Amino acid sequence: MEFPNGLLYTKDHEWAQPGADDTVTIGITDHAQEALGEVVYVELPKIGRELKEHETFGVVESIKAVSDLFSPVAGKVIDTNSAVTGEPGLVNSSAYKDGWLIRVKLANKDALKSLMDAQKYTSFVQDLK
Amino acid sequence: MAKKTALYDEHVKLKGKMVEFGGWDMPVQYSGLADEHETCRTKVGLFDVSHMGEVRVRGRDSLAFLNRLVTNNVEKIQDSQAQYTVMCFEEGGCVDDLIIHRMGPEDFFICVNASNTEKDYEWIKNHSPKGVSVENVSPEYTQIAIQGRHAQPILQKFTDTPLADIKYYWFRQGRVLDKEAIIARTGYTGEDGFEIYVPWHSGPAIWSALMDEGQKHGIKPCGLGARDTLRTEMKYPLYGHEIEKDLNPLEAGLGWVVKLDKPGFIGKKALVALKESGLRRSLVGLRSLGKAIPRQGYVVETAGTPVGVVTSGTLSPCLKYGIAIAYVDRNLNAIGTKLDVVVREQRVPHEIVETPFYKRPY
Repeated sequence: MEFPNGLLYTKDHEWAQPGADDTVTIGITDHAQEALGEVVYVELPKIGRELKEHETFGVVESIKAVSDLFSPVAGKVIDTNSAVTGEPGLVNSSAYKDGWLIRVKLANKDALKSLMDAQKYTSFVQDLK
Repeated sequence: MAKKTALYDEHVKLKGKMVEFGGWDMPVQYSGLADEHETCRTKVGLFDVSHMGEVRVRGRDSLAFLNRLVTNNVEKIQDSQAQYTVMCFEEGGCVDDLIIHRMGPEDFFICVNASNTEKDYEWIKNHSPKGVSVENVSPEYTQIAIQGRHAQPILQKFTDTPLADIKYYWFRQGRVLDKEAIIARTGYTGEDGFEIYVPWHSGPAIWSALMDEGQKHGIKPCGLGARDTLRTEMKYPLYGHEIEKDLNPLEAGLGWVVKLDKPGFIGKKALVALKESGLRRSLVGLRSLGKAIPRQGYVVETAGTPVGVVTSGTLSPCLKYGIAIAYVDRNLNAIGTKLDVVVREQRVPHEIVETPFYKRPY
């Protein structure tokens, strides 16, 4: 399992990648996609929706299970990955790249400070086992 | 602590993802649910179903006793024949569904659901008359299901019992890998295949032998995940979903195993009254016309009015669209009826279709 440096992580197994102009790209981690199994359906919010921190913004589903997606930060949805709704398997095959889910304009820059870095998240995942 | 079947170490070796189900530590999947499902449909799959319970009922009056206990007519089966049936409460709800195997005129071997084993055993025991012995023999058996078009030649390697002679819902008492076995042509997948009951400790050797021999046929171990999607494609009921205490077999579409014309059985009065007053709902098969996947508990609507509920739902690995088993108002049960399933506050169009959703091509 891979948890790249430079990304930030949540206890709900989402990752957030800070970009330019206070935006973050959000997806689910390798750990999450592996636990889910083959992802067959992804539902994402409408562009423009305001998300609170930890608010449910969509679902990823395997054949058997539905998992809610929680926003790591508060902010406005400025883009969603239409490739992944058409090809949900991207979440499995490329969790950190082609399988990204939404892009959010941060409501508050400091929000990122509460997230884990790769090292912390790695030990968090190890402690779950 | 969840119980482990005799095959637990095999599952771990095969990298099965273990989950608790019905009080047992069971593999939910190995190579991946879709792959296992597909393998069972096109080749052959091997399932550990040792979590299922077995109850043995014996004695001079055992036939008459069972016939008062279950909804189907047990007198209709012969030695070496099996019968699917339901066992009801007085109120008409389901205690469980079961398969009764007639080992002899006074000897019956009953397979029950894992999570209901204790309850069923108590229920049977508490209703049994003097002279009938009721034993929970679950700990004595490893149950393995080998399901799929190549099941027969693989199993045949390890038994002298001529498997081609066993018809659907018949069984033989024979030997597998030289261990005493009940070999039944039954299953929960919609494929041809067998369910074998062998001594608990012989499970690993028999499982490994079937896996090895099955390699040339493309056999794969299949977990509970695939077992559930396979049975859903067949619209086979599952206790806790389509049937339970507050759900009766008539509305569950199991009228074919409820013989209201046979003498008294537990629940008959209530079921007769229900039939006379008119059934209110039907268990139907729905296919999703959208992309969203229907799931257990989702509400079924027409024009914004609730008319039913989904009892089982999944993406069909074979058909590639969402399918659901659902209770709906009886006047809306016609094939072709368009209904909505409410998925996270969105109405997703569905259509009632013929079931089983999947029909095997051989």
